Amino acid sequence: MSTTRKRLSESDGFVSVLVVLMGFLVGTILVALVGKNPLNMYKALFQALSGYNIDNGRMNIRYVAETLNYSVPFILCGLSMGFAKRVGLFNIGGEGQYIMGLTLAQTVALLGPQVVVLHWVLAIAAAVLVGSLWGGIVGILKAKYEVSEVVSTIMLNYVALYLSRIICLQLPGATTYKTANFPKTALIENTFFQQITRNSLLNNGIFMMGIAVIIYWFIMEKTSLGYGMRATGFNKEAARASGIPVVKSISISMAISGAFAGLAGGIVALGSFKYGRVLAGMDNYGFDGIAVALVGNCTALGTTLAGLLFGLLKNAQALMQGKQIPKEITFIIQGLIVIFIALRSALKLYQQFLDKRQLQKEVGIQ
Amino acid sequence: MSEYAIEMREITKTFPGVVANDKVTLQVRPREIHALLGENGAGKSTLMSILFGSYSADSGQILIEGKEVVIKNPNVATALGIGMVHQHFKLVQNYTVTENIVLGMEPTKGRLLDLGRAREQVARLSELYGLAVDPDALIEDISVGQQQRVEILKTLFRSANIIIFDEPTAVLTPQEIDELMEILKKLRSEGKTIVLITHKLKEIKEVADRCTVLRRGRYIGTVDVANVSEQDLAEMMVGRAVRFEIDKPEQQAGEVVLSLSGVEVVDSGGVVKVKDLSLDVHSGEIVGIAGVDGNGQSELLGAITGLLPLSKGSIILDGKPIEQYTIRERIEAGMGYIPEDRQKYGLVADFSIAENSALKNYYHPIYQKKFGLLDYAAMEREATSLIEQFDIRSAEGAATKAGSLSGGNQQKVIVAREISLSPKVLIVAQPTRGLDVGAIEYIRKRIIEERGKGRAILLVSFELDEIMNLCDRIATISKGQIVAVNRHDEVDEYQIGLMMAGSRTEVAQ
Repeated sequence: MSTTRKRLSESDGFVSVLVVLMGFLVGTILVALVGKNPLNMYKALFQALSGYNIDNGRMNIRYVAETLNYSVPFILCGLSMGFAKRVGLFNIGGEGQYIMGLTLAQTVALLGPQVVVLHWVLAIAAAVLVGSLWGGIVGILKAKYEVSEVVSTIMLNYVALYLSRIICLQLPGATTYKTANFPKTALIENTFFQQITRNSLLNNGIFMMGIAVIIYWFIMEKTSLGYGMRATGFNKEAARASGIPVVKSISISMAISGAFAGLAGGIVALGSFKYGRVLAGMDNYGFDGIAVALVGNCTALGTTLAGLLFGLLKNAQALMQGKQIPKEITFIIQGLIVIFIALRSALKLYQQFLDKRQLQKEVGIQ
Repeated sequence: MSEYAIEMREITKTFPGVVANDKVTLQVRPREIHALLGENGAGKSTLMSILFGSYSADSGQILIEGKEVVIKNPNVATALGIGMVHQHFKLVQNYTVTENIVLGMEPTKGRLLDLGRAREQVARLSELYGLAVDPDALIEDISVGQQQRVEILKTLFRSANIIIFDEPTAVLTPQEIDELMEILKKLRSEGKTIVLITHKLKEIKEVADRCTVLRRGRYIGTVDVANVSEQDLAEMMVGRAVRFEIDKPEQQAGEVVLSLSGVEVVDSGGVVKVKDLSLDVHSGEIVGIAGVDGNGQSELLGAITGLLPLSKGSIILDGKPIEQYTIRERIEAGMGYIPEDRQKYGLVADFSIAENSALKNYYHPIYQKKFGLLDYAAMEREATSLIEQFDIRSAEGAATKAGSLSGGNQQKVIVAREISLSPKVLIVAQPTRGLDVGAIEYIRKRIIEERGKGRAILLVSFELDEIMNLCDRIATISKGQIVAVNRHDEVDEYQIGLMMAGSRTEVAQ
């Protein structure tokens, strides 16, 4: 028994799959309990995944495109969380970094030079830069002054939200909730995608996301920088004693982590909307990214798959409502997945507790 | 009265994947000191944990004074008159000696604690058994040797007739060891039965009447100590002939490579841990720092390696002052470091052997491809060659996770890495702690080889044997200061022991 438990808590990929299945299982039971047909939930999910409507036999590729589009910010914010986590940091600030990216992208979109390609490139670059700055501040505070990154990122989330409101209210044509429309040159729409997916919102952001996933994998697994970061994340003391610049690793990793979230903000701003938004609250992609990274075990591939799952659930919400399934069930499933992931950590803690008890027994303390 | 005070028959205990005890038999006569000898992992502690009720055996019988008993938990063991003196003391630091001894079975007057009576009982016991210790002293104020006496008094207070000592000398100075040996003899003459868990042969020869040897969970045999030599015991323990003496050719030391002068280290609480310490290490010599744990050794090494800040003084490596250098700059300047805590400072457990062996020089051209890419294939090649050179036993070669290796092989990975970087000075802390005899021999041999290559080696060890065997010169440290520096052939263990305890006796310089 204890060996199976041990093996389970050690094979991360397997546990993630198990956790997702458990989330769906409990979700199914809940749907049945409120007197709805769980099959309808799966029909909605299947439609969001494949575009095929089982009930009327119609195919609409647009649903697939929307699922992909929803996944982009989830995946990027998951990468943001995952990158910091691999270096041993808990970046709760994905949301703030995302908001700053979104804000700067909107600002450049409305005030920047209206030159084809250059305009949106500048806007996206601004989003990435400000995201990395927002994360980098935390990294420097942590590395130099030992300020807990959890506390500083949470605080900076609020700073980001209200700073965003202040900035956006100054933008051209700003009302309490939106700005003027973006010029065409700032948008990252992809007309080819729009044609083949019946005007879905799928845009060039998906390419940027793809590049980001590759960069993530590349930095972590292939470069000297990533090697030093992974060493720092696994065992900071050994890394330091081996001469690895731990302080630098931490600062740079937070900056890179922030860049991913900033990019997510830029893509959502320029891809999913035609105008700038004056945020009244948070979009929560940054927070959901924490769950995405945890489900994906902070690897490039795992995080991508987990982000696709979250995108799928989000896109399935409207379809579920059409089938009399409360859309809140998707949040419940997401929540359950996170709880089960946390249970794995609890399982690990329990295993550690057992090991400690074993050790105490060995030395004879009761 | 039965022939044996303790008889454990055919005890078997398995843990997942390991047979810790395989039909082990232990027969201890009343009023004898019975040594239980074996290497780390031989099953000594498991067997004693079963006797003390911390584990239950899968099969086998336990007889105390001839009667079969089931020892479900340590309380049963205590009731049966079995006491245990643990290697790591279980004492409350800011309680007095008396309070610690009576803790859990305090004498009471009505419902109130009767510490006066407790104090009398403790004083009487300590007089009876010659365990001099002040009943009113706080634990934090007394020496390690005295703390151990408190542990012994605890078992006596609970009317133990059988006392198990788990590696009792590991933390003591030679003088304290001598005193403990006297205490053991005294306990025996007062009618106690003693089981002494140890892997130190000299102690067995000195006090034990009989000795049971375990090897890899199996019972090897029980011998009368008077009839066997240390060599015989070692061979029973290891299963092959063992060489105690290391070939250490005489050689002339060269230039000064590492020079410390006026070094002072203050810890984060503002306490001065190392004070005005000066020491030179020459090429081709091993300088040992002898001392009891906690006398500033780790702070000194921290300051040399750059892990801790230096408050005062200078450190010169190969003619260059390095106090201001970062850790990486010190490594580049030729400093190798084999840390005491190999899992915390030496290795990244989740990294493979290949990744660990490049931990200090992964950014060097040999591991670099274009665009900052790491050449993992080169890492693998280097590691594979180190695995071969250093006889590192691993399941999957260079790709094996360091955390899954045995302690000895983990240490070999670190030693291999540090030696392969060809350092000018090699800082070595407790290099053989917790390793089995084979690995100890190997690591020591490698250190001597490095000396032969002209490296300057600074060795910190709490094992006097190791210091005496390996070092050319011995610096004894006490309370953060060097008491004296002696050539290895002009002092003996006893003199060093006195200096370790802080007495600045005049030893021929």
